[in-house]
Amino acid sequence: MPIFSPTEIAKENVQAVQDYSLLAGRSLSNLFGQPRYYADTLLQADLIGVGSLPIVVLIGLFTGAVLALQTSSTLQQFGSLSLTGKLVALSMVRELGPVLTGILVAGRNSSGMASELGSMKVTEQIDAMRAMGVDPTKKLVTPRVIATVVMQFFLSIISDLVGLTGGFLISYFLLGLDPNQYWTTAYQSLRFGDVFMGLSKPVVFGFILATIGCYYGITAKGGTQGVGRATTQAVVAASVLIVVSDFFITKLLMAFFNY
Amino acid sequence: MSSITSQIGQPERRLSSPDEPIVTFKDVEIAFEQPVLEGISFHLLPGETKILLGAAGTGKTLILKLVLGLIKPDGGSITVLGEEVTGMREQDLFELRRKIGMVFQESALFDSLTVEENVAYRLIEETGRITDEIHARVLEALRFVELEHTVNLFPSELSGGMRRRVAIARAIITHPEVLLYDSPTGGLDPVTSNTIIELVVKQRDVYQTSSLLVTHRLQDAFTMASHYFDREQNKMVPVADGPVRDLRTTFLILRDGRFIFEGTATELLRCSDPYIREYLS
Repeated sequence: MPIFSPTEIAKENVQAVQDYSLLAGRSLSNLFGQPRYYADTLLQADLIGVGSLPIVVLIGLFTGAVLALQTSSTLQQFGSLSLTGKLVALSMVRELGPVLTGILVAGRNSSGMASELGSMKVTEQIDAMRAMGVDPTKKLVTPRVIATVVMQFFLSIISDLVGLTGGFLISYFLLGLDPNQYWTTAYQSLRFGDVFMGLSKPVVFGFILATIGCYYGITAKGGTQGVGRATTQAVVAASVLIVVSDFFITKLLMAFFNY
Repeated sequence: MSSITSQIGQPERRLSSPDEPIVTFKDVEIAFEQPVLEGISFHLLPGETKILLGAAGTGKTLILKLVLGLIKPDGGSITVLGEEVTGMREQDLFELRRKIGMVFQESALFDSLTVEENVAYRLIEETGRITDEIHARVLEALRFVELEHTVNLFPSELSGGMRRRVAIARAIITHPEVLLYDSPTGGLDPVTSNTIIELVVKQRDVYQTSSLLVTHRLQDAFTMASHYFDREQNKMVPVADGPVRDLRTTFLILRDGRFIFEGTATELLRCSDPYIREYLS
């Protein structure tokens, strides 16, 4: 008897992609049907948005600061220290703000969703919900997806802002740059394409990390060990998909905005 | 103003005749790597109770999940309350499931909700909140299982037996047309098991609800077949001590994916099949 069958593995993977796609599709199509769970959505928005705010602010602030610190020596060699604001702004708004926030929220909330829904799955609570005529994708998945997409959008904006502030603190206190110069170059360097890129990525990332977290939770099996496995897989898959999709979104939008 | 009772509590029967089966299985088969159920056929008539017996892993729980449409069979047909469920979409099944009550093996109560929220779950889905009327119905359902005092507790604060009783209250609050019990006494001590069986018998005899009950405990099965609920005494009493009555409780025994016995308790005791004799001993 073979240890593993490549055919079975391929089938399982195709099945997983199919199941994930169906769940992701249902989470969107539920937006146009009844019932709508406003209270659950608000509760999730509070858990995901407000709950993630401290770490997003902290990470954003120090990322902006270290970005200014790391690039200052190189910029100084070319006598372009005044461009620190521009560099921090472009890096944070286009790339680091959305991606870091996405990975942080994935670590915090995809895992939370996978473990919560996974526990419900292995204790038959999701089956009980279905047995009582309640659609778990409407009750559990869609509120989490809506809340994550909306909160991810605003968290990324906050991350960009505190990142710029972190860069400013370094530029002003350590590098001795003029505050006006920093903020003016930062502001003037941003074009519509940069802002659009920075605001469209969080929407995609939010959708990915919420649907991945819910998918691994809702398909968890194998008791508490299975829930643990689902939690880990959710964080890994969400983080990897965020970085991979970031590349493709960046490439697409760069082509669109003629960078 | 229409009350929630009229909206949810008493679902309209779609059946044309009182003798039309509530649940019909016809040549149902399902396999998970290897066959689990093969050629399963039976009827559950209105007001009838069928007790599913069999060794662990023979597919008893699976039959309950097939009734609810939680799992689809590989072949055969399943009709529930006049509707063929095998071809129904999940979205359409939700409406049908609201007319069926299910008591899960491990209760499956929502651990982050209170007992009241658990019991009222279906009703809250309709109204969005606990109204005075829903609260009254929760108390009525909890009174049925004698757990009124637990209304504000969480499932984690209850014993195993109390959780099963709350699960029964949750299943009966909307007065479903069919009740499915998945090992309601599994893992409980004999005294608590007897309390649970008394509630099942009470539901059967007071509300005449059709039900399918899965159990490993022969003692529970025979208690159900030999006792009725006396409303005057408010307790379960042996049939032998009361008037002659038809309890409409029959047995189904599963073995190797097939039913090897269908009949009454008396017929079961007289059965000469060696496996059944061994099973009963």
